[in-house]
Amino acid sequence: MTVIATQPQSIEPVFHLEDEHAHADGASTMLGFWIYLMSDCLIFAILFATFGVLGGNYAAGPAPKDLFDLDLVAINTAMLLFSSITYGFAMLAVERGKVGSTQIWLAVTGVFGLCFLGIELFEFAHMIGEGATPQRSAFLSSFFTLVGTHGLHVTFGLVWLVTLMAQVAVHGLIPANRRRLMCLSMFWHFLDVVWIGVFTFVYLMGMLR
Amino acid sequence: MSANAGMHHGGHEAPEGHATLRGYVTGFALSVILTAIPFWLVMDNVLGNKQAAAVVIMVFAAAQVVVHMIYFLHMNSRAEQGWTMLALIFTIVMVVIALSGSLWVMYHLNANMMPVHDMRSMP
Repeated sequence: MTVIATQPQSIEPVFHLEDEHAHADGASTMLGFWIYLMSDCLIFAILFATFGVLGGNYAAGPAPKDLFDLDLVAINTAMLLFSSITYGFAMLAVERGKVGSTQIWLAVTGVFGLCFLGIELFEFAHMIGEGATPQRSAFLSSFFTLVGTHGLHVTFGLVWLVTLMAQVAVHGLIPANRRRLMCLSMFWHFLDVVWIGVFTFVYLMGMLR
Repeated sequence: MSANAGMHHGGHEAPEGHATLRGYVTGFALSVILTAIPFWLVMDNVLGNKQAAAVVIMVFAAAQVVVHMIYFLHMNSRAEQGWTMLALIFTIVMVVIALSGSLWVMYHLNANMMPVHDMRSMP
C-alpha cells in the first residue's frame, strides 16, 4: 500500500500512444498453425506412450510377428515419402506462381495419399478378418488407436487438399490460398514425421519384440 | 529464393524458409536412406541382436525426424522471431516427459505388481 503513496505526483503521466504497427491479414497464421501442430504432436505422444505401455500385452492373442507384413509397411512408407516430396514440388510451383503445375503436383500428392490410405485400410481389413480386432487385446487396442489416428489425419489432409485444389482452381494463387497451401504443407510434412515414429516404434520394434 | 523474397519483406508474411528444389531433393534422398537402412536391418536381421537393432533404428528415426524438420518443414531458429523454435522445444520437452515418464512408471508398476498372484507364499 505504501507504494501508491510514494508515487511522485509531479511527474507527467506517460502515455504509450505508439500503437503496435499494423499486422497484415493472416500474418500470425503460420505461428498459430505451428502451435496447433505442436498440440497435435502431444496427442500422438500420448498415443505412443499408451502403445509403449500396452504394446506387449497380447492377451494370448496374435503378436506383431503374426500380424505385420513389413513389405506392406515399406510400400506405405514410400507412398507417404513420395507424397511429401511431391507436395514440396507443389509448393515450389506455388512460389513460381504456376497454377497448372501446382494443381498437377497437388493431384499427384493426393494420389499418393490415397494409395497410403488404401494400403492401410487393406492392412486393417486383413487383420480384422483374421480376428485381430481392436477388442482382441490391449496391444491391438493401442495399435488401432495410434495408427488409426494417424490415418484419420491423412484422411482429413486429403479432404483439405481437394478443398484447396478447388480454391486454387476458382481463385488462383491469391495470398490467402498461398497461406492455406503453406499450412497444409506443414500439416502434410508433420504427418510424415509422425509416420517415422509409427513405422519405427510400432512396426519395426514390434517385429523385434 | 529471390522469387519469394519480394512478397515476404518486412517479416510479416509467413516465412517460407528456404524452399528450394535442391533442399527438397536432398531431404528426400536422406529420408530414403534413413528409412531403407532400418527396414533392411530388421527384415534381414542383420545385427542378430534385438537390443542393438532397437537402439540403432531409434537413432535412425531421430535422424530422419531432424532431416524432415530441416528440409521439409524448413525449421530454423529465426522464423517468427524464434517463436516456432521455442514452441518446438517446449513440445519436445513435454513429449520426452510424457513418454519417458509413462514408460518408466508403468514398467515399474508392472514389475512390482508381478508377484501379486503368489500371495500364498508370502509370510
